[in-house]
Amino acid sequence: MIRLEDVHVRLGQREVLRGVTASLTERRVGVVGANGSGKSTLARLINGLVLPSSGTVTVSGLDTRRQAARIRRSVGFLFTDPDAQIVMPTVAEDVAFSLRRKGLAREEVERRVREVLERYGLAEHADHPAHHLSGGQKQLLALCSVLVLEPEILVMDEPTTLLDLRHSRQVAALLRDLPQQVVVVTHDLPLLEDFDRVLVVDEGRIVADADPAAAIGHYRKTMA
Amino acid sequence: MTGLTGAYVPGGSFLHRLPAGAKLAGLALSCTALLLLRSPAALAGAAAVVVLLYAVSGVGVAAAWAQVRPVRWFAVALFCVQLVFADLPAAASSTLRVVLAVALAGLVTLTTRTSALMACLERCLAPVRFAGLDPFRLSLLLSLTLRSVPVMADLVTRVREAQRARGIERSARAFAVPLVVGALRHADALGEALAARGLDD
Repeated sequence: MIRLEDVHVRLGQREVLRGVTASLTERRVGVVGANGSGKSTLARLINGLVLPSSGTVTVSGLDTRRQAARIRRSVGFLFTDPDAQIVMPTVAEDVAFSLRRKGLAREEVERRVREVLERYGLAEHADHPAHHLSGGQKQLLALCSVLVLEPEILVMDEPTTLLDLRHSRQVAALLRDLPQQVVVVTHDLPLLEDFDRVLVVDEGRIVADADPAAAIGHYRKTMA
Repeated sequence: MTGLTGAYVPGGSFLHRLPAGAKLAGLALSCTALLLLRSPAALAGAAAVVVLLYAVSGVGVAAAWAQVRPVRWFAVALFCVQLVFADLPAAASSTLRVVLAVALAGLVTLTTRTSALMACLERCLAPVRFAGLDPFRLSLLLSLTLRSVPVMADLVTRVREAQRARGIERSARAFAVPLVVGALRHADALGEALAARGLDD
């Protein structure tokens, strides 16, 4: 359960979000909007990477201002550019990095890492340097490193922007099967077709909030 | 730089199984020994030992060559200079010394995961806690550096391509400005990703 109440965000001179109120309970929520509309900022509010200048954001009842660390443990975040998100030199090590503070035995860490890499088809690359992977595989690795922590909510900021058709279809299929609540910011409109709810952000405000067909129709009209 | 960036070759040899700390200590000891060895004959013996270690590790000839390759011209230059200023035995032994030390260090990287080196470093750095530093952060700094080398290399390639596309290959400013901006952007994104992955907690 994600709640935003009259959220304003000011970055320097610019007011990026101007009064956003929403409560997101659906399992698949999409966010669309023009470049610079504030949708990436909206995504970053959910795990406390950006804090509201005024208003409040709560995730499962916790305020992002006071309990960002706890919230980040239950909210996984996937960035557009996996190169920035992968912090360790090799594939398995990057996934294991996520688990470093879980206090697990080494065998248990290795087991969970192997399991998640197998599930997403990266098992054969476990010991390869991350920079040898293709763009799509890097995004999968970033996803593995997030999912190995079994977050309750997954926020994705344009996860398919840098991917080819095959990999973005793979991500779309993955999204359908994930048990978590997922919030996806994207320009990839077909990705949102079977979502439960889509928000359209324009100039820092939510201008449409409906099922995918209606919301995307509205978005296409405003962009025309 | 490939020697630095995740050159680990998976395997089950006794070198792979040896703890990272033991390998680092062994490396320090054998490099000291290399310095103490004087005669070319003794160094030839050391070379045989290094070759044997590589054979035992099973990393393959290509990986071995990749370790020594970066110093090949330096080795040739060193040999020539020594030949002019000293004699053949001295030239041969000092060149061998450098190549063998590099080969041994390479063998450690080839048979040790970065995470194992990091964990070892973290333990060795534990005393810095008393100076108010966090050993985990220091070892993270090391792996982030290793990870950033290929990312920056990609950035250089992209900037070069953009320069060529616009026909301004020779401008130093057209190279430096986007490179620095790109590096800073990457640093920002990396910081954000680390926060998202719970580094601040």
